Amino acid sequence: MASESGGSIDAMGQFKLTTAFGEPGASVYFTQSNVMMLVACVLILGTLVIGMRRRAMVPGRLQSLAELAYTGVLGMCENTIGHGGRKFFPFVFTLFAFILLGNLLGVFPLFFTFTSHIAVTLALTVLVFVMTTVVGIWMHGFHFFSYFVPQGVPKVLLPLLVPIEILSYLSRLISLSVRLFANMMAGHVMLEVFGAFVVMLGAAGLVGWLPAAVSLGVNVLLIGFEFLVAVLQAYVFAILTCIYLHDAVHLH
Amino acid sequence: MDLISAKQLGAGIAVIALAGVGVGIGNIFAALVNSVARNPAARDNVFGLAILGFALTEAVALYALVIAFIILFV
Repeated sequence: MASESGGSIDAMGQFKLTTAFGEPGASVYFTQSNVMMLVACVLILGTLVIGMRRRAMVPGRLQSLAELAYTGVLGMCENTIGHGGRKFFPFVFTLFAFILLGNLLGVFPLFFTFTSHIAVTLALTVLVFVMTTVVGIWMHGFHFFSYFVPQGVPKVLLPLLVPIEILSYLSRLISLSVRLFANMMAGHVMLEVFGAFVVMLGAAGLVGWLPAAVSLGVNVLLIGFEFLVAVLQAYVFAILTCIYLHDAVHLH
Repeated sequence: MDLISAKQLGAGIAVIALAGVGVGIGNIFAALVNSVARNPAARDNVFGLAILGFALTEAVALYALVIAFIILFV
């Protein structure tokens, strides 16, 4: 993990993409990021299908996990989107599970975090953005554009406020994608930097051993923090999707 | 001033934004402690909101951090 070259820390090397599965993989640019996405999908499907196969009255561990995730996201949908929120549950649940698994898998050694690439998070965000806009136009028709006109403000201010509203609507694309990407990237860079500290200080001899041990302890704490951030960011992405869907469904 | 020193200064300046984020996160949790102290029964409802606010505020810190990383590494 800690790779140092000439005294400087190579913090970004861990995000480099390499193709997997040899020649056929390289010909279609099938990278380790895509492999991790497949692993995440298999894990999600496996948990849900195998967990719910027995449909026991008293759920076992896997079934509890599946039910907990299901009811948690369903509650979030119904509470946040409000009336008609159930319709969007499959979409939100898929997003939540995919991002959660992507974030969590990345914390384990030798695994790759596919959500630490802006390309992935931006694609997910564009999906959410197009979805909310299409839902808004589909449910309200041309009336949807009244979303950009704030109610109860003097008419004189409208030329100023409408562009601001439109800009804030468009900036969701950047804020949602960069939030997830930056959280995952910054966390892994921090782990890398402290890991490099351990190696550098440990190599410095007896004087460096205590600081090296401290850095190692910090790294252990950071990994715990990374698990928290992984779950939190998946939750935040899902709940912001719900809030945007609420705006599209109810307009204000 | 050569390019490397300028880059490192720039990265340092970019993370000044963290001061604002510190104030913001402090405000959020101060308000959380306040509200839970006034009405302990509301704890479960308020805690989720506080975590959401924390995550949104923390994101601002990470935007600054990303700018610093871009200056340093890209």
